[in-house]
Amino acid sequence: MKAFSELLDQLYFTSGNNAKAAIIKDYLGSTPDPDRGWAIAAIAGTLKFDFFKRNTVKKLMLERVDPDLFAMSYDYVGEMSETVAHLWPDNPTGDNTPLPRLAEIVERFQSASRQSVGTILTEYLNGMNASQRWALIKLGTRGLRVGVSARSMKQILASYGNVDVEEIESLWHGVAPPYTELLTWLEGKGEKPDISGEVTFHPVMLSHPVDMQTLDALPVKDWQVEYKYDGIRVQLVCAAKGKALFSRTGDDISHAFPDVLEGITGEGVLDGELLIMHGDKVDSFNALQQRLNRKKPPAKLINTLPGGLILYDILRSGQRDLTQSTLTDRRHALAKWISEQDAEHLHLSQTLEVADTPSLKQLHEQASDDVAVEGLMLKRKDSTYIPGRPKGQWYKWKRDPKLVDAVIMYAQRGHGKRSSYYSDFTFGAWQDDTLLPIGKAYSGFTDEELKKLDNWVRRNAVGRFGPVREVKKELVIEVAFDAVHLSPRHKSGIALRFPRFHRIRWDKPANEADTLETVKSLIQS
Amino acid sequence: MTTEFVHPRVWMRVNDTGLYCEPADAYIDPMVPVKRAIITHGHADHARAGHEHVYATATTLKIMTTRYGEDMASKQTALPYRKTITLGAVNDPVNVTFYPAGHIAGSAQALIEYRGSRLVISGDYKRRPDPTCEPFEVVPCDVFITEATFGLPVFTHPPIDQEIQKLLHSQTVFPDRCHLVGTYALGKCQRVILALRDAGYTRPVYLHGALIRLCELYQELGVELGPWVAVSDVEDKQTLAGEIVLAPPSALADRWSRSLPNVRTVMASGWMQIRARARQRQAELPLMISDHCDWPELLQTLEEVNAPEVWVTHGREDALIHQAEKMGFKARALSLLGYEEEDESS
Repeated sequence: MKAFSELLDQLYFTSGNNAKAAIIKDYLGSTPDPDRGWAIAAIAGTLKFDFFKRNTVKKLMLERVDPDLFAMSYDYVGEMSETVAHLWPDNPTGDNTPLPRLAEIVERFQSASRQSVGTILTEYLNGMNASQRWALIKLGTRGLRVGVSARSMKQILASYGNVDVEEIESLWHGVAPPYTELLTWLEGKGEKPDISGEVTFHPVMLSHPVDMQTLDALPVKDWQVEYKYDGIRVQLVCAAKGKALFSRTGDDISHAFPDVLEGITGEGVLDGELLIMHGDKVDSFNALQQRLNRKKPPAKLINTLPGGLILYDILRSGQRDLTQSTLTDRRHALAKWISEQDAEHLHLSQTLEVADTPSLKQLHEQASDDVAVEGLMLKRKDSTYIPGRPKGQWYKWKRDPKLVDAVIMYAQRGHGKRSSYYSDFTFGAWQDDTLLPIGKAYSGFTDEELKKLDNWVRRNAVGRFGPVREVKKELVIEVAFDAVHLSPRHKSGIALRFPRFHRIRWDKPANEADTLETVKSLIQS
Repeated sequence: MTTEFVHPRVWMRVNDTGLYCEPADAYIDPMVPVKRAIITHGHADHARAGHEHVYATATTLKIMTTRYGEDMASKQTALPYRKTITLGAVNDPVNVTFYPAGHIAGSAQALIEYRGSRLVISGDYKRRPDPTCEPFEVVPCDVFITEATFGLPVFTHPPIDQEIQKLLHSQTVFPDRCHLVGTYALGKCQRVILALRDAGYTRPVYLHGALIRLCELYQELGVELGPWVAVSDVEDKQTLAGEIVLAPPSALADRWSRSLPNVRTVMASGWMQIRARARQRQAELPLMISDHCDWPELLQTLEEVNAPEVWVTHGREDALIHQAEKMGFKARALSLLGYEEEDESS
């Protein structure tokens, strides 16, 4: 537990993925099984249940501290785990037994009865220092935020074992904490874990954005054209041991979309776009967002916003691996597989008939009229399924971004190598004589422009709110974004999807920037 | 001359300028220029330039002239610890005596005696050992004015040697990274250097320009800081990889630090105990090193001074007042304007 707490402290305060990776690899190399595997699970978020509830922690704390002082401390610290970590009396029993191992703690909570959890927690907290208490509470309530995503953890493991990250991806959902077999294999001391029959995520094939030159040279007849829907890319995996829906990063999101999995009986691995669909009609991304991140969606939400899956590729049908087959062959297999299921939430992606490049361009323009479509996908008909982002196989051709002229209002320093530069900008649009913030952007400019922007902020700052600098309302930027939605949470009443810098209008006076009305007129119903 | 007891609340008031002692016509640590100022210590939020007559310890006066120039006050009176000076009217005297506060070099508590009552203004103080100043002395009094910078039970500062070990350990783990340590120029900077020397660190430390004059002053005062080099004298900044560089906190994330190679940001402050605070500073290595009391030391001090009445100022007054009342003292908040709420000297 000591090593685990030190690991978390280091990760918490270290910025930069490479530095974090170095710290984790060092930990993995110097920590025995099964402790290190539990640490991986805690960081990657693959622990299956809470050891104790936040309320249990709070109750125990209030038995030991004046409630007013607790309330004032909590108010100041702003976070329960840390407040308790600092307020808990140091070593009240005078007991000097060394801290148990991480694995021992995990196992004890796993087998504890509900009544004994408080006693066990108290015993541990008594024997720990503030950092360790913080680590234990974060671990036990699964609230760990140390800036290492599940995806980065997989990359770190890949680098630790000197294997391809795709190999880790393909194993990830077939192995479970404390990952002893996986780690043994990564260290070259054992066989690769056998996960056949397990429900596991398979590394996906990705596309490149297309440029006009490529497009003009494209022999259209050799390419399959489909709509690119504005949903999220998912993988449907159905195996002997069950079925699941994975996000493109390999996170299991089945629990959020039980409706989509209904009625599927066959085995296979399929790629598709997850959407909200009313029958065949596709709803907006905004609608989908209301169901994303809902761990257990209520039945009412499922009814009003039913999930749907537009499938466009198949990697495995039954026991047959199809990744070496051509797209055309896979598409036949895909259509057949779907027809064999009694699942009304599954749909076959429609292919579009295109004769030549001009009609392809025309199709692209028309595609942009549909709110659920964000462009076209172009795939070589003879392409095999290659995980990663192979060149010249798949292209995405997004619709043109929307543009507005907005005024920079606030700036904040960035992180990592941009930490001394003002690189995060809040911009606004006019409503009568006032500017209302409509979004934040921190990309789309060159390094050279970043330096100029940073310099401009320093010379034109007028106020400070913590780390945020308010600037003179004088600089206009052309903001590009994919869509705009109504959003009651924002003062302006709207939210932009993926806003970024398009151009900096050093020349344009702020009063000529766009009005909120203009931005709102870009909302598509 | 009367011997009748007059409660300090009658003759000590707070106004816009600061804490004012009426019978002495003197302010304690005033924010704006005044006729007569009693200065507890040299931090900028207590010691300002432009007063007519300043009473302070000799060291505090030196710090003030170093910062503001020889003409920082028209008249300066150096007052040694435990030596009483009389102000006010001849037939109605106010006695002022300084006692060590243990905060930074020259820091003092001011005992003010008037008409049979005793008031101690402790200024900023701490109870931990600090080789650059005399330790805090308990002075019995009727009213004790205490700071509450870290006046919440969540604050307990670890020993400084433990924090310095973190820095040295980091240096061995990241031998190629320039360890840039944010320290306040007066007090904290020198204490960090001394703690490094205590831990056996003999390499030169590198200093941002804003720290140099005060380090030189500490050396004049007899504090051995060991070898140091001004960063501006280092021609090839790449050679600072793996070295320890000290700078004021404001320089950590500023353009100045861009010239340093592969910076690892370290911050030495009592605030670093709160993770979010460390994050805001973008400190990769937070060191909990404070020149103020932590919560247990505040309570220890209230008990030892044992003044029946406590006035609490700058910081988290509510919690300390609540606690002082629970301990049986009369307590109230003394709202002084102008002290930096979350002062970098902490």
